[in-house]
Formats: sequence, C-alpha cells, structure tokens
Amino acid sequence: MRAFRVHTGKVAPLDRVNVDTDQIIPKQFLKRIERTGFGEFLFYDWRRSADGSMNAAFVLNQPQYAGAGILVAGKNFGCGSSREHAVWALEDFGFRAVIAPSFADIFSNNCGKNGVLTVVLREGEVAELMRRAQAAGYSLTVDLEKKQVRDDQGFSASFALDDFTRHCLLNGLDDIGLTLQHEKEIAAYEARMNG
Amino acid sequence: MTRPRTLYEKVWDEHIVCQPAGSAPLLYIDLHLVHEVTSPQAFDGLRAAGRKVRQPKRTVATVDHNIPTEPRGTPIVDLIAAAQIAALQRNCKEFGIPLFDMDSPDQGIVHIIGPELGLTQPGMTIVCGDSHTSTHGALGSLAFGIGTSEVEHVLATQCLPQRKPKSMLIQVNGRLPEGVSAKDLALGIIGKIGTDGATGHVIEYAGEAVRGLSLEGRMTLCNMSIEAGARAGMVAPDETTFAYVRGRRFAPRAEAWEQAVERWRRLASDPGAHYDRVVELDAATLAPFVTWGTNPGMVVAVDEHVPELGDWKTEAERSTAQRMLEYMDLRPGTPIEKISVDRVFIGSCTNSRIEDLRAAAKVVKGHRVNPKVRALVVPGSQMVKQAAEQEGLHKIFSEAGFEWRESGCSMCLGMNPDILQPGERCASTSNRNFEGRQGRGGRTHLVSPMMAAAAAVAGHFTDIRKWRFHP
Repeated sequence: MRAFRVHTGKVAPLDRVNVDTDQIIPKQFLKRIERTGFGEFLFYDWRRSADGSMNAAFVLNQPQYAGAGILVAGKNFGCGSSREHAVWALEDFGFRAVIAPSFADIFSNNCGKNGVLTVVLREGEVAELMRRAQAAGYSLTVDLEKKQVRDDQGFSASFALDDFTRHCLLNGLDDIGLTLQHEKEIAAYEARMNG
Repeated sequence: MTRPRTLYEKVWDEHIVCQPAGSAPLLYIDLHLVHEVTSPQAFDGLRAAGRKVRQPKRTVATVDHNIPTEPRGTPIVDLIAAAQIAALQRNCKEFGIPLFDMDSPDQGIVHIIGPELGLTQPGMTIVCGDSHTSTHGALGSLAFGIGTSEVEHVLATQCLPQRKPKSMLIQVNGRLPEGVSAKDLALGIIGKIGTDGATGHVIEYAGEAVRGLSLEGRMTLCNMSIEAGARAGMVAPDETTFAYVRGRRFAPRAEAWEQAVERWRRLASDPGAHYDRVVELDAATLAPFVTWGTNPGMVVAVDEHVPELGDWKTEAERSTAQRMLEYMDLRPGTPIEKISVDRVFIGSCTNSRIEDLRAAAKVVKGHRVNPKVRALVVPGSQMVKQAAEQEGLHKIFSEAGFEWRESGCSMCLGMNPDILQPGERCASTSNRNFEGRQGRGGRTHLVSPMMAAAAAVAGHFTDIRKWRFHP
C-alpha cells in the first residue's frame, strides 16, 4: 500500500450528502477482475450525460478542479454497497484524501487499505472548506503526521484517526503481513475452538 | 458475578484471538462467504504474495451478482461477466474452496443460501464482501460486510483486525399491525433514525414485534441494518431460531445439536446489559411503507403523500429533497396511491425467501398483472425456487402475468441483464433506491412483497390493508 504522510493539493468540493458507492462507481463497472483502471468510471452517471458525453456542469469536469487530490463532501460519504471499487476509482482518478463530516464504515475501512485518507471534520469546517474551494487554485494540506488540515489562508483544523489505521497509512503497511505475525495465537485459538 | 453482557459482546469476546499492542483486536472469522464480484482481486493478491487460503473449509462460494436469470444453460452474452464467473470457478478450484456454481441445486444469493444450508449458525462471526451480510445476524451471529482487501485478509488469515463498534438496542414494542411486514418495520426504523443513524454501531433488535417475526422476517430486518449505516444487525436466538436451523444440511446433529442449542441459549443479552444507544419504537405506529426518494430513509406510509418542500427545516435539506424529487419525477404532495408503476421486482436478499413469495402469491392469486406493468419474480435460491414450484406458487405468478425466473441478485442492482430503462418506475422488494441502482435513470420505490404484488395488479401503489384477497 502507498504510504500517506502529508499531501498538499487542489480541492474539489462535492456539496452533496449521503453520496453512495453506487454513485461513486456504478454497477456496470464492477465486472472487471483487475484492481486498476477504475478512475475513468468515477461518478460515471454524474460526470457523463446519458449519451456518454461529458456533463460540463459537474464539479469534477470543471477545468479549475482538474488534478484535484482532495475531495470535500457532505455527511455519510460512501454509504451503501461494500464495493472497494469505489475507493479504487477515487484513488485511480487521483484523490489521496476525502474530507467529510462522516463516512460510512465499510467505505472508510476500504480507504484505509488503499492509502486513501478519510478525514472527519466538523460540519462547519467542511462547509468552510466547500466555500474556500470555490476559488480557483485553492489548495489544502492534509497532514497525517500532525493529524491536521490547513491552508495558507489561516484555515486549520485537527482530526482524529485511530492509531492502528494511522500507523498502517503512515508506513504503507500490508496489514495481512501484520496479522500473520500472530500465527501462533491464531493456531492456538483454532486448536482451542476445535478442541 | 461477571458484568452483564449483550448478545453482541458475547459473540465478540468469544472470537478475540489476541489484542496486539498498538493494533486493533484480531477477530476470528467462523464463516467467510465469497461471490464473483468482490473476490477476484483478493485471490490475485494471495497469488502475488504467495499465500494460501488458511481455512478453505470455513469458506464457501457461490455466483449470484451478475448471473442472468434466464433459464440456466442460456449462454452468458456479457463476456466481462462471464470472465468474472470463470475467474471464481478457477480460484475456487486452485484454492480448494467449495463452490455452489450456476448449475448447482444449492446456488442462490449468498445471503439466502447461508442460512438455508445451515452454514449460518447462532454465535458465529460471518463476513462476506457484500454489505448485506448483516442478514445473517437474524440467527444471532455477528455478520458484517467487508471490502475486497479484507476478503483477501480473511482468506489468508481467517482473522480481521477490527476496532470494536458501539452497541445499539432497537426495541420494538407491541405487535405489527395487519398488513405490516418485517420490510415495513425495517423501512420504518430507517425512516426514523436515518441512513446514517446507526453508523459505527451493531444493532440488536428486540421487543415483542421482533420476537413475533419468523426467522425469515428477522433476516429481512437484519438485512437492511446496513441501510441505517449499521455495522451489523442481530436478533438473540430463541426457539424460532433453533426450529429454523434444526435439520439443515450443515447444522450440528444428534449430541452435537443438543450441545449447540445449550450454548446458543446462553447468547441472549443479560438483564441489565449496557447499550451505547437505545431507540424505542411502537409497532402500532407502523404502516405499509413506500420510499419516495433516492435513499432508503425517505419513507412514507402508503396512505400518505410525497412530502412538501416546506416539510424540511433547512435550505440544504430542501435542496437535497428537491434534487431527489426531480430524479424521481415526483411532485410534492402527490398521494402515494396515485403513483403508477412500470415495473415490479420481487426478489433480492431482502425479500426473496419462500415466505416472501408466499405472501406475494397470496396477494396475486385470482388477479392479473396490470397490462401496463412488467413484473418479475426472482427466487433467492434454487432451493427457494424448487420449494415454490412444489407449492404451485410459480403457477399463480405465471398465470397472473409475472415472469418466473432463475435465482440471483438480478434487478436489485442490475449487474445482469435485468435492469430498468431510463425513466421507468419500479415497485421493488429490494433494499436500495439509490439513483441508477436498478438501471441508469430508473426510479425505484422500496416496498414489501405484498405491496409490490398489489402494485403489479393495480398498476399503482395501493394500500395492502384494503386488498381484496381471493381464497
């Protein structure tokens, strides 16, 4: 997994609540057996009109947000299906972090396994970032080492993240490898249960 | 005396392998269910790292999400879907995992066949790369959906590092009124607490109304826990549970059965056990519900109307509602019973078990599907299909004008050819009414099997409490 320490980048504001994983990546793109190449299908039905042409009004199609590495969204982001393809699509599109007032549990877990940071900020802070991100070229720093989000115009907010997820993200760790270090305990548990 | 514990805490504690310093507790997984869509990348990961499946015997696979529901043997024309199914077949063979394949009499939606085969048992930990894994909690197991990275983790280690979710009690007092099903109870709860009302929590459903549900009804209820954001939903095992599990293929037998039941009886929450949150609900306030918006929390009773924009307090809520109404092509204030439907879907891991089909057939019997409506019944599994055919339910549906299909997830998520066309409106017994869920531009209203059946006949939503049943 790619490590996440500090990222500074452009911010795309997606001012919607309850963005579900069906929107992040629609079902017709879940049939592929690869883990890569999902970026072009991100928010497919919002980015494209029914005839397949680009919908210029959608935030990610606006030139000022091209290359954004940070997505700011409303509460309960990533609700619905467990499809990790949603995270693969965000990551492949270029997002390193998503900031929202809350995230759905499975989505948030999936992000943590793919080097994508979910940052929970207060409603008011998220609203302020949405507002600031209207300005062309607005850039933000997400600092996992300090657990802080800041810009160069005086915005600063701290966020919480559990120590284990943070440790794995900071070091880009394969957590299967970590679990396998407990082979003895797992075997002992299995022996006890199969008694 | 030990501290009183909840059902959830008991199952959790029992499965802790170890609590490594600086890490999340390692939770042992008793049963891992696998399907074609969320597993191929996990198996690739195993191969790339040179890892094996630790417990192939605790792993069971089936195909459900993208398979056609046309008669079996019809070639799969979607080559990408076919390749994904072939990948699962290859992976199961390579790693020694039992697979209930397309041609198996035990094939079905993964959350239907787990309980049906007796694989799902009280007190177990169960995971699957699918959010509706919460279904299995109906038997008193701790069951939750995971992503593909976690699928790989469980395949390799049979464990998951998990931070412990909080606990939430949903106590439903009194009995469900006539015409109000487990689906309506689920929708009523989500309508009350919202689609993120239980995020970070494991729900335990309790109270007279829950005790009074059949095991299949409890599965419908637990299934939709994820639509309230919950990590899992559970119901304490009781005589209803034991009677359901007894004699199923993978259930314990003879002396092992007696011992198991004795163990399962101890799982119920202790008196005085603490919950982080408690929500109480009066069953008498529930009605047959219909969703009007694009998330499962947007619920109104069938005899009510589409909400007025003035019903929302904040500008943000109003604009969200406005957007939903536009997508759904609905006008505020429209009576629900005036909304006509183009399609009806009876199926999905929420509502495609035999009791669901019986309830729908009872409504349909002696009636005809409205000529403007195309209606589909997709049994949850081959075993459900066979049972329904033995009872003659397929005849009731077919004679009324429903299409009677092979088992799979079908139009719940439209990964196979069963999809809505743009602008089509569907009464669906599934679990999600998200934009485009059943097909781009499709408009989904979530309802119970009885309500879906009635809508198919009437051509619009109609109150099942006033239905004219033919004996």
